[in-house]
Amino acid sequence: MLSGWSLIRAWTILVYLFMFLPVAVVVLLSFNASQFGSFPMTGFSFRWFVELWHNDAILRAFRVSFVLGALTAVISTTLGVLASLALIRYDFRGKNLISTALIAPILVPEVVLAVALLLFLRFLAIPKSFPLLLMGHVIFTLPFVVLVVQARLVGIRRDIEEAAMSLGASPRQAFFEVTLPLLAPAIFAGMLFAFTISFDDITGTLFWKPGGVETVPTQIFAMLRNSISPEINALGTVMIVLTVGLPLLGAAVARRLGSRTN
Amino acid sequence: MATVEARERRQPWILLSPALAAVTLLLFVPLLFIVVYSFWLRTATGADVVGFHLDNWQEALTDPFYRDILLFTLKIAAITTIVCGLMGYPAAYFIARAGGNRALLLLLLMLPFWISYIIRTMSWINILGVSGALNSMLLWLGIVDEPLQLLYNQTTVVLGLVHFLLPFMILNVYVSLEGIDRTLEQAANSLGATRWQSFLEVTLPLSLPGLAAGGLLCFVLSAGTYITPLVLGGPTDAMFANLVFEAIITQLNWPLGSALSLMLLAVLGVLVAIYNHFVGMSQLAKGFG
Repeated sequence: MLSGWSLIRAWTILVYLFMFLPVAVVVLLSFNASQFGSFPMTGFSFRWFVELWHNDAILRAFRVSFVLGALTAVISTTLGVLASLALIRYDFRGKNLISTALIAPILVPEVVLAVALLLFLRFLAIPKSFPLLLMGHVIFTLPFVVLVVQARLVGIRRDIEEAAMSLGASPRQAFFEVTLPLLAPAIFAGMLFAFTISFDDITGTLFWKPGGVETVPTQIFAMLRNSISPEINALGTVMIVLTVGLPLLGAAVARRLGSRTN
Repeated sequence: MATVEARERRQPWILLSPALAAVTLLLFVPLLFIVVYSFWLRTATGADVVGFHLDNWQEALTDPFYRDILLFTLKIAAITTIVCGLMGYPAAYFIARAGGNRALLLLLLMLPFWISYIIRTMSWINILGVSGALNSMLLWLGIVDEPLQLLYNQTTVVLGLVHFLLPFMILNVYVSLEGIDRTLEQAANSLGATRWQSFLEVTLPLSLPGLAAGGLLCFVLSAGTYITPLVLGGPTDAMFANLVFEAIITQLNWPLGSALSLMLLAVLGVLVAIYNHFVGMSQLAKGFG
């Protein structure tokens, strides 16, 4: 039986290698001194990162992605936290239906969601624009925020707030001094999730973005049309550091916030 | 007292109203709109003819070009789902039973979700491209004399999709394996079942909801994919979402694009409904816990 277990272990190692090796190669090649974005490695160099820094199109794309991601995170988390509070703390008729409606945007294929929103807003004479892009990102990050925030809110019962009020706190005081600090980790997790999903989105963005505006993923996609270059690998490395580093940092901060309130 | 109760009853709806308004205005009304729109006509001049015309639907449903691409899309999605299940199940089982390494394995499993999809997709060009890692190695070892053309075919589309979706599968299977009472397996063993038997007859059936949730996600996400065939596929590997993009953005035939989108939605919607009937949506939410 031991051999069966070692077989499963070996298989798991292969599966993990499959998930991470290609990404590791991107990082490795981004430090390649060679002209071409490929093997063999001819030396170690930071030149492609320097070139990124001087590439206006890429810097512009970063700015668009950051602003879009931040606004999406704020709006989507506000809507999502309020809705999750209602779903977790109240019993009312039609609750199941409402929960399903709120996660519906992930059940609809992104292309269909993109087409429906685009055509409807064009019909209302709202052109492809940054606000359209923002509305799109809000609607498809919302379900993720609702799911993540709900999972974290389960522990916050109303009793705690009621206890505070019975000890003489006003409803406002109870909210700001008891509930909000308890909510902070959930809000933080929701914002991080929404930001990352928005930052990474490409399909919907390609439908909604106005001409000439690129986010980082659509910029990479446009650059891939020519061929893979060391610059794309360097951009990939920067993205990996940002999108992996930020959540890890976020998890640490969330733990801090969580432990302080306990 | 009555006013307090009334307020209490209103409270959840006040909290829900912004999110519900967003979902209604940005998803449900637009979906209804494209249902109506799919019966309009787009004339050569680019104007819409309002009315009830079946032309778009007739074209979408009877043109073998669309039918073939729909079948091809479903085929790719099915293969991707099966490969994800076969690769992911043993890995999820290992994580669930790993003991000391479990926290690390789970953390690593979450990382791909944070790494950009487009970067993970294009990373295969570095591996399989003409001057990629694999060809360089084969040339260096003298196994081939000139680089092999490995990219831009159906297999690489499936490969890219599996690479993207495997973490979803592993996570969902892991969540359901984790929820199984371990003593059930031990009980089966003590009653004389071999470990293989107790796996097949106790653990596997109990983990099916997780496998189904992972499978649904893999299937729906791969059937709706737009980017992977463009980055890793050849010219004949277009999938259904590429058709929709063509109709809407390139040909500007919005009514036809609406009909095609709704076709995709209907096919995948049937799957989601079947899943919901047998497993239920709450299983999907568990992956976020």
